[in-house]
Amino acid sequence: MKRPVIETRDLRFRYGDGAPALNGVNFRLDEGECVALLGPNGSGKTTFVLHLNGLLEGQGSVEVCGLSVERRNLPAIRRKIGLVFQDSESQLFMPTVLEDVAFGPINRGLGRPEALERAMAALKTVGMEGSAARAPYHLSAGEQKKVAIAGILATDPEILALDEPTTFLDPPGQRALAELLGALPQAKILVTHNIPFALALCRRAVFFQEGVIVADGPVDEVVARFGWDFATAAPQPRR
Amino acid sequence: MHHIVLERWSRGASPLHRLDPRAKIVPLLALLAALATARHALPEFSAAVFAMLCAALLAARIPLFAALARAALVLPFAAVFAAVCWLSGDPARGLALALKSYLSALAVLTVVATTPLPVLLRGLELLRVPLFLLTVAQFLYRYLFVISEEAQHMRKAAAARGTPMRPLESLGARFRAAAGALAVLFARSYGRAQDVHRAMLARGFTGRLHPLFDLRFRPADAAFTALASLAPVAARLAIERIR
Repeated sequence: MKRPVIETRDLRFRYGDGAPALNGVNFRLDEGECVALLGPNGSGKTTFVLHLNGLLEGQGSVEVCGLSVERRNLPAIRRKIGLVFQDSESQLFMPTVLEDVAFGPINRGLGRPEALERAMAALKTVGMEGSAARAPYHLSAGEQKKVAIAGILATDPEILALDEPTTFLDPPGQRALAELLGALPQAKILVTHNIPFALALCRRAVFFQEGVIVADGPVDEVVARFGWDFATAAPQPRR
Repeated sequence: MHHIVLERWSRGASPLHRLDPRAKIVPLLALLAALATARHALPEFSAAVFAMLCAALLAARIPLFAALARAALVLPFAAVFAAVCWLSGDPARGLALALKSYLSALAVLTVVATTPLPVLLRGLELLRVPLFLLTVAQFLYRYLFVISEEAQHMRKAAAARGTPMRPLESLGARFRAAAGALAVLFARSYGRAQDVHRAMLARGFTGRLHPLFDLRFRPADAAFTALASLAPVAARLAIERIR
């Protein structure tokens, strides 16, 4: 039996204005597993992901690789889980692409040569090695997304959590990303509205609605149950 | 995509660009000190400093008039104080304020336009400038892009919804529209800043930015530092003696 790498029990969270975002989320992710988080906008998917490495703190329990998500464990937990944000531009804050990708490894205590080596390898993996010396804010949105992913890959986490990873990527870029992620051994959480992408990478999907998981099962079944198969079974155009 | 002029200038390949940042920062401080403390023969000394800075900009292959225009951005602020001095019966002080402000800005611009920001910050760090200040400077620079981008998004969104490009009817209405837009811009930029901070924490940020590269201070850098630091001081002494 595989060990769980993420386990949440009765996770609840309200934003500052009192609006409930999570209303008791129970979730488990096993090692090597890839799960798609589906659901309408505002259903709590991103809020849930931000709890996984302690960027938000709610009620209930969250465990990552056996460590409870609490202040004293945060450095260790943030080494284990790599988060790619929905808005990749916000994720890139260093003056050059290379420095940005090396930021994570350096903060994890690696020496400069090793951090640079890892950063270059990660950039090569996403096909951005030619942009190492460029400023992140000079990149196109798709390139920024790739660099943001490289920044996470460079830290070699045990779990990858990607929030809308295909946003701004053109279809060949999406295919390349699916191939890249498919080849990575880590457990993965994909927050996405892109059903073909979810189908390509995940066997399992959970469906969020109003801050709770209302369905958990094979991607195609979950998608069909909620009528989210629009992209894969688009209606024929009228003649 | 943004097109940031200073950023582009700083990535040039002139001999001035290739110097170690410390070889530019130390002379800059010497020049600023010489300028700030100059009292006699200020117009002549200002002309000499202006000529030196123009020579440096030309040597660095930076468009001279564009650089001179950008340095003039400080003038509206300096002009207020200069005008106060002028009106209080001390026109010489007013002129000195304006001259010193403009030349100081031009000197800083010359260094910033010939040194990429990460290299400049690394140089300052090696000169023992407190790391906290450098971190603030780096993020200030980063967030300028965030704010600028948010402003551009808002402008485009307003234009797309048919905001008239001609001035609105009354000054009051224009002021209210600008104030509202500014408030939204602040709120949106604050949200973006929070996202950036979260992204940093997620990648293990503990409050200190670690540089990725080391700088080498070569004999040529030392020679330039000495020469460029002495030049404004020598020019000032010579001009004061002649007068």
